[in-house]
Amino acid sequence: MESGRRAFLEQGARLLVLSMPAALAWEHILAGTPEAADNYDTAAHWWGFAIDIEQCIGCGLCVRACKDENDVPLEPFTFRTWVERYVIDPDDPDHPMVESPNGGYDGFADIPSSDRKVKTFFVPKLCNHCSSSPCVQVCPVGATFDSPDGVVLVDKQRCLGCRYCVQACPYGTRYIDPRTHVVDKCTLCYHRITRGLTTACCEVCPTGARMLGDLKNPNDPIHEFLRSRKVHVLKPQMATHSKAYYAGLDGSVR
Amino acid sequence: MGRRWGSSRHLVRLAALFGVAVLAFLVVRWALMPEGFGVYGHYRAGALDDNRARPVRHAGQAACVECHTDVAEARAGGRHQRLSCEGCHGPLASHASDPGSSSGSRPDPRKTCLRCHEQNRSRPSGLPQIVVADHADEGPCTACHQPHQPGLS
Repeated sequence: MESGRRAFLEQGARLLVLSMPAALAWEHILAGTPEAADNYDTAAHWWGFAIDIEQCIGCGLCVRACKDENDVPLEPFTFRTWVERYVIDPDDPDHPMVESPNGGYDGFADIPSSDRKVKTFFVPKLCNHCSSSPCVQVCPVGATFDSPDGVVLVDKQRCLGCRYCVQACPYGTRYIDPRTHVVDKCTLCYHRITRGLTTACCEVCPTGARMLGDLKNPNDPIHEFLRSRKVHVLKPQMATHSKAYYAGLDGSVR
Repeated sequence: MGRRWGSSRHLVRLAALFGVAVLAFLVVRWALMPEGFGVYGHYRAGALDDNRARPVRHAGQAACVECHTDVAEARAGGRHQRLSCEGCHGPLASHASDPGSSSGSRPDPRKTCLRCHEQNRSRPSGLPQIVVADHADEGPCTACHQPHQPGLS
């Protein structure tokens, strides 16, 4: 008798747990689009990003794809991701020349020829999706937040446009959308990664310099990247616990 | 007894005031807090779905080669075999979901090829680079190079 009741309760609990996603899926099945049923589990992912500076050729395809994918205004020069070029004179290494004409959208002209041997390379930038984000800490209304899967997102309905987060971000990754007057930033293509696609910038990068990674998935190639490469994050002294890992990062990059 | 009650009336008033304050707080909180706030953290739970609601514009390589198997075969083994189709041809999710509605553009070879291959000293060595003015004065790159299999045969 006792075991019968126990089995009944277990069976009931199991049915209850199973029925919730099934009920959601059923709506899509009734609508004739079962493949659209949501099976994304926020608790099963922890997104990060890896960048291989030595592979970046400064073509700017990532900047273009990001603008296309996320409807980022072309002007007045707002970017969710952009590419910087560093030119370092060995005689004055403390003052690198950094430029990003139109964010790298149109690519880069070659550096002017001179007899001096300089060090020069490209650095792609985007939101670092910090796990202790200063932008999240300063938002007065909870409009910027860390999603359960490790992506820093913006609630555009809730944002006041007060710009505290724009000031707080040590990486300059946020901007005020001139059309809506609320803040916008890289969402790590949240609409894509939750549907099993990679980000638009990773999709088009011709050299594999950019890599989206799921740090909770032990089979994700990002773990091999972090193990085999010497990686660093930007401004570690800010204790933001950035999840954008750079391989081949020069000490001059800020 | 009456005396005792009389001496504690100020406490009752204080308690009532406290009750009104708590009620006022709850009313203001109810009025200002959006639905779903605090379910996952200090934010509106619905914001996750808002961020997911954006339409996909880049279909992704897997979707392209599902139909364009001939191009996938043409690229196999070449130096461009791992490039994304949409890097050169532009975002084509609308074409992937309804091939009749729109189609990809043929990219301008001079512009598209040179985006990566015009000489630039900031680029890592190992990437084939040319000074286009010395390499080919005019004419499309595709006159000599097939973009899907770019080496000269």
